[in-house]
Amino acid sequence: MHNLTIAELVEGLKNKAFSSTEVTQYLLTRIKSLDTEFNAIITVTEAEALKAAQAADQRLAQGDAPALCGVPLVHKDIFCTHGVRTSCGSKMLDNFIPPYNATVIENFQHSGAVMLGKSNMDEFAMGSSNETSFYGPVKNPWSTDCVPGGSSGGSAAAVAARLAPGATATDTGGSIRQPAALCGVTGLKPTYGRVSRWGMIAFASSLDQGGPMARTAEDCALLLNCMASYDSKDSTSVDRSTPDYSAHLNASLKGLRIGVPKEYFSEGLDPDTEQAVRAALTHYENQGAQLIEISLPNTALSVPAYYVIAPAEASANLSRFDGVRYGYRCDNPQDLQDLYCRTRAEGFGEEVQRRILIGTYCLSAGYYDAYYGKAQQVRQLIKQDFVNAFEKVDLIMGPTCPSPAFKFGSKGNDPVAMYLEDIYTISTNLAGLPGMSVPCGVVEGKPVGLQIIGNYFDEARMLNAAHQYQQVTDWHKLAPEGIQ
Amino acid sequence: MSIERQAIENLATLARIAIDDNRIKEISQQLGSVLDLVDQLQAADTSGLDNVANPTQESQRLREDKVSETDQREAFQAIAPDTEGGLFLVPKVID
Repeated sequence: MHNLTIAELVEGLKNKAFSSTEVTQYLLTRIKSLDTEFNAIITVTEAEALKAAQAADQRLAQGDAPALCGVPLVHKDIFCTHGVRTSCGSKMLDNFIPPYNATVIENFQHSGAVMLGKSNMDEFAMGSSNETSFYGPVKNPWSTDCVPGGSSGGSAAAVAARLAPGATATDTGGSIRQPAALCGVTGLKPTYGRVSRWGMIAFASSLDQGGPMARTAEDCALLLNCMASYDSKDSTSVDRSTPDYSAHLNASLKGLRIGVPKEYFSEGLDPDTEQAVRAALTHYENQGAQLIEISLPNTALSVPAYYVIAPAEASANLSRFDGVRYGYRCDNPQDLQDLYCRTRAEGFGEEVQRRILIGTYCLSAGYYDAYYGKAQQVRQLIKQDFVNAFEKVDLIMGPTCPSPAFKFGSKGNDPVAMYLEDIYTISTNLAGLPGMSVPCGVVEGKPVGLQIIGNYFDEARMLNAAHQYQQVTDWHKLAPEGIQ
Repeated sequence: MSIERQAIENLATLARIAIDDNRIKEISQQLGSVLDLVDQLQAADTSGLDNVANPTQESQRLREDKVSETDQREAFQAIAPDTEGGLFLVPKVID
C-alpha cells in the first residue's frame, strides 16, 4: 500500500478498494516503526489524521468527494497548522501552537487531504543538509550516513521512505529541488507568487515559494492543483487563474526546444552525475525534443547575490522573534535588552544567528548600497540571462546538484562550502522562475536529479516534460534498499 | 576578509543577539569567509540597472483600510510567554 502513488490512491479511494482510514492507519503505523531511523517527522498528528480520514470516508461514501479526499500527506513544519505545534525546526518555536492555518493548509483541508504529521527541516529553512534542525538531522533513506539535503529534507525523506505519498515543501534557494534530487523524489518550486505565502513562516520573502514533492510528476500536478491559488492575504500572490496542471501531462514533446546551459556543466560537476543528466537529455531527444546549447553568463554571481539578499531579508523577518508575543523566552531576564538578546541567542541555532548577523551587516548604515543595493542589481542581470534564453527555448535543463548526497559533517566548519551546494538552483529563485527536480539516475547507490527550469507560470509544460520522461524511464520508481 | 572584534560586537547589538566572548573569533572568521564570497558582486557591471525587489516585478497591491479580521486577542495571548489583563508583559523599562 505504501508504494501507491497519489493518483492511484485517489482512484482506489473512489472505487472503494480501500478506505482513507485504512490507508491513514497503515501509514501512521509505518511512520511509527520506520521513522525512528530517519527522523523525517517532527510531530505525528495521529488523532487529527484519523478524524480527518473518517470525515473523508464519509464524503467518499456520499459521493461528493473533492480532488484529494482521503489522501494522506505530510506538511513541512514551516506551514502554520491551527492547534498543531509548528516549530520551523527551531527551539525558538518549539512551544508555538498557531491559532490559524496557512492558506496552503486550508487549501488541502478543502481538498479533503489528511495530514499525517509535520516534517523535519533545517532551522527556519536555512541549510542544505538538514543538519541545522533543532530536532536533529534527517537521515537519507538511501544511505543513512548521508544527508537528505535541505531545507525540506524531512519532506523528501518521508516521500522516499514511503512514509507518505506526497508532501509540501518550500524553496528559497533550492530547498525543494536539492532534497528531492538527493532523496530520489520529484519536487517542484512554482513561479514566485503562484502559491500563497500566508502562514508560511518567512525566511526571505522575495525568494520563498511553497511547492509539492511526490514520487511522480503526475502526483506533483495533483498537489499543485490544490496548493496554487490567488490569496488576497499575501500581497505578492499573483492574481491569475490556476490552470489544471494535470491536463497537459500527455502532450507530445515533439519540437520542444530544451536549452542546455553550458555554465551548468562546468567545473565542480561530478562526472557521474553529469553522465546521468546527459543520458536524460538524450531521452528527450529521442522523444522528439531539440537540445540547444545556451549560456547563462551571470550564473557565478547567483550564489554571492543570494547570500546578501536572503540573509538581509531573514534578518528583518526574524526580528519578530523577540520573546514577547509567542515562542521561546529566556529565563529571568534582567531588563528588556537582556530579554531580547538572550532569548535570541538561546532560541536560534548557530547557522540562523550567522545569517542574521550577515544580513544585519549588509543592511547596516554605510553598507546598504554596496551590498543589498548591488545584489538587487545583480539580480536583474541574472533574471535577464533567463529572459534572453527563453526567447530561444521552451525549457532549460541541467543537473539539480553538483553531486549526490554527501556524508554528515563533511562540509566542515566553513559555511561557504555548504552554500555552493545550491549553485544550480539559486538563480531561479533570484529570477522568480519555476524549477523542478526529477530523478534521473543513481550514482554510488544514491539518486541524482535532473533539473527542469520553466518560463514564468509555465509549470504545466515542465510537468508535461517530466511526466513524459517518467513514462520511458524507471528512476522515479526505484526505492531505497530495505524500503520496498 | 576578517572582521574586527568591535564590529562583531556592534552587529550583535544591532541584531539583538547575545554573543559569548569565546565565540567571537570563530564568528569573525565565518562572517569573513561569507563576505569574501559576496564581495565577488563588486566586479559586476551593474551601471544603469534597476534594483529588483520582487522577481516578477508585479506591483504590490494595496487594500482598503478597513477591519477584515475579528478580535482574537485571547487566542493570540494564550500562546504568549507572559500576559496580564490583556497586555503582553516585559521586564520593567522605566523606574
